Amino acid sequence: MSSWFHKKVLSKIRTDASTKSVVPEGLWCKCDLCSAILYRAEVERNLDVCPKCSHHMRISARKRLNEFLDPGSQREVGDTLSPLDPLKFKDSKKYKDRLAQAQKQTGEKDALIVIHGQLKDRPLVVAAFNFEFMAGSMGSVVGEAFVRGVNICLEQHIPLVCFSASGGARMQESLLSLFQMAKTSAALAKMAEAGLPFISVLTDPTMGGVSASLAMLGDINIGEPGALIGFAGPRVIEQTVREKLPEGFQRSEFLLEHGAIDMIIDRREMRDKIADLLDLLMQGGDGGNAAAESAAVLEDA
Amino acid sequence: MDMKFLDFEQSIAELEAKIEELRHVGFDKVINISDEISRLEEKSRKLTESIFSGLSAWQISQLSRHPQRPYTQDYLESVFEVFHELHGDRSFADDPAIIGGLARLDGLPVMLIGHQKGRDTKEKIYRNFGMPRPEGYRKALRLMKMAERFRLPIVCLIDTPGAYPGIGAEERGQSEAIARNLFEMSKLRTPVVCTVIGEGGSGGALAIGVGDRLLMLQYSTYSVISPEGCASILWKSAEKAELAAEAMGITSKRLMDLKMIDEIIAEPVGGAHRDRKLMAENLKAALKKNLDELRQLPLDALVEQRYQKLMKYGVYDEAV
Repeated sequence: MSSWFHKKVLSKIRTDASTKSVVPEGLWCKCDLCSAILYRAEVERNLDVCPKCSHHMRISARKRLNEFLDPGSQREVGDTLSPLDPLKFKDSKKYKDRLAQAQKQTGEKDALIVIHGQLKDRPLVVAAFNFEFMAGSMGSVVGEAFVRGVNICLEQHIPLVCFSASGGARMQESLLSLFQMAKTSAALAKMAEAGLPFISVLTDPTMGGVSASLAMLGDINIGEPGALIGFAGPRVIEQTVREKLPEGFQRSEFLLEHGAIDMIIDRREMRDKIADLLDLLMQGGDGGNAAAESAAVLEDA
Repeated sequence: MDMKFLDFEQSIAELEAKIEELRHVGFDKVINISDEISRLEEKSRKLTESIFSGLSAWQISQLSRHPQRPYTQDYLESVFEVFHELHGDRSFADDPAIIGGLARLDGLPVMLIGHQKGRDTKEKIYRNFGMPRPEGYRKALRLMKMAERFRLPIVCLIDTPGAYPGIGAEERGQSEAIARNLFEMSKLRTPVVCTVIGEGGSGGALAIGVGDRLLMLQYSTYSVISPEGCASILWKSAEKAELAAEAMGITSKRLMDLKMIDEIIAEPVGGAHRDRKLMAENLKAALKKNLDELRQLPLDALVEQRYQKLMKYGVYDEAV
């Protein structure tokens, strides 16, 4: 079909193309937001943030964790877990087949990766959702892996950071998925009781059951610039209220304005800022007793 | 009140109409037709029993949203002796889609919290079709914390299509409101018994659904997303709701088999709306029994048991 094109047009620039033909595919990519054509290696060096407009592109959980944690410090948590299909769920496709496909495509067992590692020499547990795995949906494995991460924090008295990117609860596990919201939230309540910080980073997109559970429960909630964050999807809301949604609705900046998140942090500064925040939270005197002491001092005075 | 019948109940409806007709002529004629009436009534009961013994998930889903199904307010009078409604979240508004207040259950003071749907159009709009906004969940949490302070057991009645997907709800933090309730309910130092009385719609239901016991009325449903919502995402058509209802396993029986719930409360033949009095008695007995058991436990053990129960949710494979 394109033979006329090759003959008439491509032949003229073939001399140039000959050097191009030896380089691997995907050398260039396009920014979804500003449409700039970008050199992929440069984008990758820039943590998948567009060097032109600072648009934060979605990145895989594995890559996110490798970039966030100190190299060589990583021990994976819950990697022995793999999903089952207790409901024998089948829509146009079997859940089993969807799982197999997602596993093949991503090389991961499920949608959450949890690592016990170090951030600038500070021990911590970091969890990251893989949006590429069935839209980062939360089923039994995601919930259990998250809780195991929390349990390590409780044992070792270390903080937890979670990067969420999820469409919500996984429909194919039905109520089991819904209850992962309660399970993960209850585990976070234990973190809070133990006086251990939980920093939740909400990345594009964080919706539904994940947003309405663990992701909104950070001692500090951080949004990545421009991330879509909300309970109901914009399309569902538009159909319900039958009006046009305001500009920037459910984006990080909107959430900051409405008091739902504490701050927005550029991905390239995430390591530095979170390390600093954790220091401030973890060094508050004798594990939170400092406040009580100062209150006693005031009373004495 | 005229009984409303669903599609799959048409044969029952016809029989009931005939009985009704006979009752009317019965007054005019000399012939005694009461035998005929009781024969037909027996037939209708048998037919209902037979239809209801093999309901599909979709049919049960329709029953759970039956226009005459008893709502939280209906149980206020039939199950509890006293109810003082408490309003507002103290920050923004009072959400009529959730009602709560101090009640007495067979003498025992409790905090009662439940979703509330509307019966007629006007009330449906007022109650926002039982779809709470963040202030509803925050009111519920305020009342639960109050119950904890005064050592009152908490009774939650779940009946909602889901949390409201609206602009204002998002602006005021629908996600956070739900998440906060899950977080706080997991550690409340007082017994919490949750019962799905109609529609258990997703996060909007769960936000008042974390407790020591989870009960379901026989023909109620509980699911991660409505059958219509699931169908429109996975089948790309809301008309496949019937398939989605089946696939998600939303009925009390299926969820009992999956060990997701603790108890099924039997409904009268033909569903809760066919005999409200009997339904209320069954609900009351179940609530009392569960609260009596939970009140025996020391608070530390109660809270620990609830935590362990939450941690057990999930089915997965583990390589050793």
